[in-house]
Amino acid sequence: MIYWRLLWSFFQIGLFSIGGGYAAMPLIQRQVVDAHPWLTMTQFADIMAIAEMTPGPIAINAATFVGIRVAGLPGALTATAGCVLPSCVIVTALAWLYYRYRGLDMVKGVLACLRPAVVAMIASAALSLVVLCFYGQRTLPADPLDADLIAVGLFAGSLVLLRAFKVRPMAVMLGAGALGTALYLLL
Amino acid sequence: MTRNGKLCWTLFSSTFKLSAGTFGGGFVIVPLMRERFVRQLHWIEEQEMLDLVAIAESSPGAIAVNASILVGYHAAGPLGALTAVAGTVLPPLLIITAVSYFYSAVRDHPVAAMAMNGLLAGVAAVVCDVVFTMGRSILAQHSFLAVFIMLAAFAAVRFWNVNIVLVILACGMLGAVSTMARRRKERLER
Repeated sequence: MIYWRLLWSFFQIGLFSIGGGYAAMPLIQRQVVDAHPWLTMTQFADIMAIAEMTPGPIAINAATFVGIRVAGLPGALTATAGCVLPSCVIVTALAWLYYRYRGLDMVKGVLACLRPAVVAMIASAALSLVVLCFYGQRTLPADPLDADLIAVGLFAGSLVLLRAFKVRPMAVMLGAGALGTALYLLL
Repeated sequence: MTRNGKLCWTLFSSTFKLSAGTFGGGFVIVPLMRERFVRQLHWIEEQEMLDLVAIAESSPGAIAVNASILVGYHAAGPLGALTAVAGTVLPPLLIITAVSYFYSAVRDHPVAAMAMNGLLAGVAAVVCDVVFTMGRSILAQHSFLAVFIMLAAFAAVRFWNVNIVLVILACGMLGAVSTMARRRKERLER
């Protein structure tokens, strides 16, 4: 039955994608392009492009898109449920363990060493985002001064609002999107 | 409404709004969750937030979904975890369902690309802001090991493309070893 196949495919994607959205991409491709005739390679590239322009995790976006195409709204719900099922079970178990044992000396020691690493990973993601927004690509260009000046201005303005005026993150993001659209249209 | 029902509603509406705002990858959820759950609702503490992110990114699945499950479980147990998942999954589900009927128009529309570029600048600033704040709190511990881990983990992920899970495992082991060494030292001093 198609629902079982959707559920099982996206269950595997949810189970084996560890470490962020870009790790999930090849897994999604293998399931929905190679193993099942659900999407063509072009459609897969399209949904990856759409996923970057819309909020939410890439795997959830792909699950909804594939589900809709293959079996309508029930298909989308089934694929999405399959995708989050491994997380629900595993992370709930880890949450229970964390809140039960975080007071232990050993657990405290381990967590104290994980926190700086987490900050480092967020810093790396932040740098990737800055490069993507300044240059429109994922790698630094040959000439680092060849940046999108509107994006640099929006970035600097947003940072000032956040740090000096403590404006809420969501308001800053939406404001930058609206102002950016206006500036790109005018200039 | 019962107290638990009210709690679950706050959880659902919070995760729904956060998920609708996570453009640009899973880590964007960190500054947004910090604003909502640490600063506004005071459900979790600053340090706890970093622990939850560590668990979220070393578990299978999307970081945003995993982080929601952790906060939901902490707030209202297994039911809270489910509520948080529903709130997180619903915005992308609704948006992609709508977009799937006219996706080529959205993908190629110039105004969509402009809005996306502007939004991305804001997102980059929001993530940089949380990195400055969190980085400073790590430096304020005056611990050589913490600063070393922060720099080494950054280099590993950024320049050598080491898998995030491996970095987490290595740092966890380092933490275990340093705890054992400290205990041993304390025993010898006694």
